[in-house]
Amino acid sequence: MTEVLASERSNDSTIVTPKRGLMEGSEAIALASIAAGCRFFAGYPMTPFTEVLEHFARYLPEVGGTCINAESELEAVGMAWGALATGERAATGSTGQGLSLMQESFSEATLAELPLVIFNMARGQQDYFQSTRGGGHGDYRHIVLAPVDITEAVELTQLAFHLADKWRNPVLVYGDYLTAHTRESVTIDRLDFGEVPEKDWALDGSLTGTSRSRLISPLGFEKHGRPNPGIERHLRRIADKLRDIEREEVRVETGDVDDAETVVVAFGSPAKFVRYVVRQLRAEGEKIGFVRPISLWPFPYDAVGAAAQGARTVAVFELCAGQMIDDVRLGVMRDAPVVGIGGISTDGSGFGVGPLLDAEIIRERILAVHRGGADAELPPLPDNERAL
Amino acid sequence: MTTTEVKSRGTVTIDVETCKGCELCIPACPPRVLTMTTDVNGLGYHYPQLHPGCTGCAACLFVCPDFCFEVFRFDQPIVTQVEATS
Amino acid sequence: MTTPLGPTLGPVLDTTVAPTQGARKVGDLKPDLLLTQEHHMCPGCGEPLVLRSFLESLSELGIAQRSIAVVGIGCYTSFSMTMDVDLIQALHGRAPSVATGAKRMRPDSIVFTLQGDGDMVNEGLQEVLHTAARGESVTCILLNNGVFGETGGHMTATTVLGQRTKNSLDGRDAEYHGYPILIGDLIARLEGAEYVARGSVHNAGAVARTKRMIKRAFEIQRDGGGFTFVEVLTMCPTGWFLPTGDGPDYMHETLGEVHVMGELKENGRIRTTEELHEENVRRQQEIEARLAAGGLDEHE
Repeated sequence: MTEVLASERSNDSTIVTPKRGLMEGSEAIALASIAAGCRFFAGYPMTPFTEVLEHFARYLPEVGGTCINAESELEAVGMAWGALATGERAATGSTGQGLSLMQESFSEATLAELPLVIFNMARGQQDYFQSTRGGGHGDYRHIVLAPVDITEAVELTQLAFHLADKWRNPVLVYGDYLTAHTRESVTIDRLDFGEVPEKDWALDGSLTGTSRSRLISPLGFEKHGRPNPGIERHLRRIADKLRDIEREEVRVETGDVDDAETVVVAFGSPAKFVRYVVRQLRAEGEKIGFVRPISLWPFPYDAVGAAAQGARTVAVFELCAGQMIDDVRLGVMRDAPVVGIGGISTDGSGFGVGPLLDAEIIRERILAVHRGGADAELPPLPDNERAL
Repeated sequence: MTTTEVKSRGTVTIDVETCKGCELCIPACPPRVLTMTTDVNGLGYHYPQLHPGCTGCAACLFVCPDFCFEVFRFDQPIVTQVEATS
Repeated sequence: MTTPLGPTLGPVLDTTVAPTQGARKVGDLKPDLLLTQEHHMCPGCGEPLVLRSFLESLSELGIAQRSIAVVGIGCYTSFSMTMDVDLIQALHGRAPSVATGAKRMRPDSIVFTLQGDGDMVNEGLQEVLHTAARGESVTCILLNNGVFGETGGHMTATTVLGQRTKNSLDGRDAEYHGYPILIGDLIARLEGAEYVARGSVHNAGAVARTKRMIKRAFEIQRDGGGFTFVEVLTMCPTGWFLPTGDGPDYMHETLGEVHVMGELKENGRIRTTEELHEENVRRQQEIEARLAAGGLDEHE
């Protein structure tokens, strides 16, 4: 177990002793959040996210923070909303099903410009649409960061809090069963991503009765006597901000794409397998490259498009029926055919890892399209019965 | 014709332009010295007017949803001679 | 016309200017914490009376400068813009959880919610019950008019049997619509709830009693106590299809018979309905006597 030493609860002067230890991703994420200054978490148990809540419950009180077991996911995000309104860094999380319940608040938190950080320990990669299109109503978007392993999760977790404050917009970290439950040796050290704007919008009651009292509202309301933008102008301003984020916060990793005949696109934990296999094939002389979106929103359309230049096939490996493939097609346009080589694969419980997440099987599928093109017949998907 | 001495221990100001004519103040006044006008204000509502006999109890202020009343109590009651016309 | 004072009302007096001497002001036009008298509530709405009560209470207790309001969604939401209070607007039903997060991060502040019955007892029933059960040191204020006012007057969980609403036009029927939830009574039975009271604004005396309840709730929070709850029956003549003048009596005689006024729980003790009724009769007589004698001290 690691120990975290911290100064008094404050946004920007928390000191975390750099600690190296063998720990599961859930713990690393909680500690990384605390290193970033997060002092409030609320959640509801749901596999495979539950341990994140457990670790926050254990560590937050040690640094003067609060972790509440909310009565449902609806209240978890509501409590985070209240904590955020006071200017504290706060987060919530769940798996996709639980996040479904939180969608109204996610959408409205974006309009209220609350810097909420959300953890999805997803059951596979079927929550891509929920994360990037937004499962709620309206024109909102969240920045979505997808770590490939726990080391990257520690970095992206802290980055999430930074970006949330930088833009006053929610940020979602997309993990999964592997992220949450694999143990790796990690170092938790506070990362400095630079300055963020002062939270002059945050409130604590001190301006009540001064005629300068503050209002945090998703509806664009303003106090009587101050210019009121109205709902239309408010929504447009948020939409403009999202366009700025789209331009500035793309993150992607690419490998060997310049002369690649086949480009494989994958995100998150499965991308670790894909990257490994592509490098292996490259070493054997095959002209294959990969694109790993790190920000799912904003999606690296340009990087995908550039990689597709001169390629014969673009293959998309994702653990679902096919969601990210839509964005890959938008990036590639008609420059190359795009084919899905992933699929639905999970274990008996539906929470975790299926037999498709196997370097040998992935290698087979990549080679099938590398040799046969987009119309190549793919080997049948392994069933989890076979894996038993 | 008889006259009665009516003591006003208090008085009110009424912001008639804010009134929405709900008339809740009329029965709320214990001495019943508020009546509604036949005039209307800028919003088109009738509004209350005050007659002698106010006690300064502020019941009207308590029940007014539109923040129309200010209430005062006199140091010395003001006496008004009121003629009966019935 | 005949009045209690004699056979005729005297002449109309000038009420446009305040007396300049020989008088002292005993009632302000509006609370200090209200930026403007103007609001969008219907004529005869009871909600502004509660607004006055809690805003005056915050000032009188000297806690305004650390007060945070969390406002739900209903007709009263527009008060967000006219209250000179640091304020978080929450989603429908969600104010208690937002209040929880804010209070946990700022425990020295006074955090209160303002919600309607549709918001709190329909959409957000779970939230308020759990917040009370956890004993969060916040004050929840409920504006209960037995309808969803803002959407046009539809039935809520607090609508009483027989009450006519837009979707119970023949009156709420137990067999088809089920029974109302007496939220104050429900919360009183939760151990984390320290003070639970139900007020009403059907007349001046009731308004004064209600203000005292709200003040008591804030005092308890100020002194570090547990969850406090003040439900207030408010008139909605529009939602009830009534002329404004009929609102108070209708409310007292229908909603008030089911959601009974009084201090439901204090000092660890829950009052029975019979006790509440007896107290209400006694207090109303007292208040009427004091009003007739010419002064209703707000510190009732």
